[in-house]
Amino acid sequence: MRKSRRISFLALPYGVYAMIFILAPILLILFYSLFYQGSKGFAFTLDHFIKFFNFREPVYMQVLLRSVKTALISTVICLIFGYPMAFILSRMRPSVRNMVSFLFVLPMWMNFLLRTYAWMTLLENTGVINTLLASIGLPPVNIMYTEGAVIFGNVYNFLPFMILPIYNVLIKIDKSLIEAAGDLGANFVKTFIRVIFPLSLPGVTSGITMTFMPAVTTFIISKLLGGGQNAQIGDLIEKQFKSVGDWGFGSAMSVILMIMILIAAGFMNSYEKEKSAGGVLL
Amino acid sequence: MKKELIRLVDCVMEFDGEAVLKSINLTVYDKEFLTLLGPSGCGKTTTLRIIGGFETPTSGEVLFDNVRFNDVPPYKRKVNTIFQRYALFPHLNVFENVAFGLRVSKTPREKIEPAVMEMLQLVGLKGFEKRDVSSLSGGQQQRVAIARALVNKPQVLLLDEPLGALDLKLRKEMQVELKRIQQQAGITFIYVTHDQEEALSMSDTIVVMNNGTIQQIGTPADIYNEPVNAFVADFIGESNIIDGIMRRDYLVNFSGRDFVCVDKGFDPDEPVDVVIRPEDIDVVPVEDGLWTGVVQSVLFKGVHYEIMVDSGDFVWMIHSTDAQVPGTEVGMKISPEDIHIMHKSSEVEIPSEEGEAE
Repeated sequence: MRKSRRISFLALPYGVYAMIFILAPILLILFYSLFYQGSKGFAFTLDHFIKFFNFREPVYMQVLLRSVKTALISTVICLIFGYPMAFILSRMRPSVRNMVSFLFVLPMWMNFLLRTYAWMTLLENTGVINTLLASIGLPPVNIMYTEGAVIFGNVYNFLPFMILPIYNVLIKIDKSLIEAAGDLGANFVKTFIRVIFPLSLPGVTSGITMTFMPAVTTFIISKLLGGGQNAQIGDLIEKQFKSVGDWGFGSAMSVILMIMILIAAGFMNSYEKEKSAGGVLL
Repeated sequence: MKKELIRLVDCVMEFDGEAVLKSINLTVYDKEFLTLLGPSGCGKTTTLRIIGGFETPTSGEVLFDNVRFNDVPPYKRKVNTIFQRYALFPHLNVFENVAFGLRVSKTPREKIEPAVMEMLQLVGLKGFEKRDVSSLSGGQQQRVAIARALVNKPQVLLLDEPLGALDLKLRKEMQVELKRIQQQAGITFIYVTHDQEEALSMSDTIVVMNNGTIQQIGTPADIYNEPVNAFVADFIGESNIIDGIMRRDYLVNFSGRDFVCVDKGFDPDEPVDVVIRPEDIDVVPVEDGLWTGVVQSVLFKGVHYEIMVDSGDFVWMIHSTDAQVPGTEVGMKISPEDIHIMHKSSEVEIPSEEGEAE
């Protein structure tokens, strides 16, 4: 006890940092979302939220819904691709395994924007893919500025965040549990369904969290690959601050998104806890 | 007549070119309690894993009921294993852990519950069905592992140092328990341990292994009383092992004099290992002794005293119920049938007494 108190001052720099750069901005956003600047200074208002939840003209809610849908589809695709990949990775010899997981992480060292721009040149109507298609006599496909392109960008950018947590859980599963399942008469498929998959669920939930959160809030990917028609909630927020100049409405949407993510995170967390209470952590 | 169940024929196991098992030949009979005993790294766990199907021997044959089983995966063998650290499924409760094998084999639902309950009753865990396995003590986890294996009614149960993680008292209790379960369930146990006492008290047959080879196969009494070499003698219980020379049949020389013994068939003047159990030497007055020595130390061990007697060329360990006074000269006596003569074997390494992390 005493010892931890003596070294607790080491946390001070971060505490100050968190106050200035994390807590203060959140409070500011809350403030902007709930007050408007009138002639007599700031006054309380719920207009920004009312504007968003306008059921007669639900444009903004539609955007939010679309964002959630796109992010969900992206997450599911990441899971479908990511789980088998993580599983294969976890079964490789350690030397090969490190090499391959290094290759997975490698693109993340490159700038996020750069990567997404690179995909633009690949997906464009006159881009690499369509040029290739044309050269073998196939009609061009229109990929850019569709929801598909946004999902594509999400999956490409966030797939490692799905693979790594699952992989981390999978390599920690005690080999003797898999041997025990075989010993008790379970073939590979049954061992997977009854032992490996249930034990890997904590990795799956954190993979889903780590993929869904950035996917639902992104504005760069949707802006570059999705164009105007596929605007996501992130784009909408960005626009309020940068071009429309309605900070209040932008802040209100940020708050709504934040609350939504908090609820989702809380839901995932409680699920994870319930599972680990079942003894996943041993 | 005993029915043969499993046979290993010339099994060799190599890991990265290094031979862990060198030509193992072993027959396991139906309903017997067979123990693989040996020091760390002797190949006993590897032998067990070959029988369980977790390893395939580099060469040689594994026969179950005279059918070659080398490449049959574990899930198709009528063998179940108790793993060293139990390997209970952490995401399942006690009931579901025990029911695992039945669920996998598509046993009808209505048959699963009574079968599991019967097993939990057998291992003394009735009322624990809903408990989390992580909330159980080591001994209870051990019982769940036994129930989980036995519920599948295996022909053979493999146990890999199952009591290693338990404290002494619990270990003794579980030894009795395991023996009871084995007899009650009427199945073959193949048991791996480095604890000679455990092996002696539980087994029908003991297989002593060292350096990837089988040293001796026999009943506990055979192994203890008639060890075939100095390694077995030293590994099974404490022994005085002294260099000697076989003068001729029934006469051996050690410690500077000739002794009558019951062994024969050695070359004249062949150098041999003479093995004498500490409890077989009697301490007598100097004038009655076959040879003499000076008492070095006396340790009280509970049931007996451990007396070290220096005869000049060798320090003898003697177990006796009578204490002696250190520093006095005493006589020692031994019966001819308690002198065990063994060929010198170059391969033998005397193991350390320490436990293992295999």
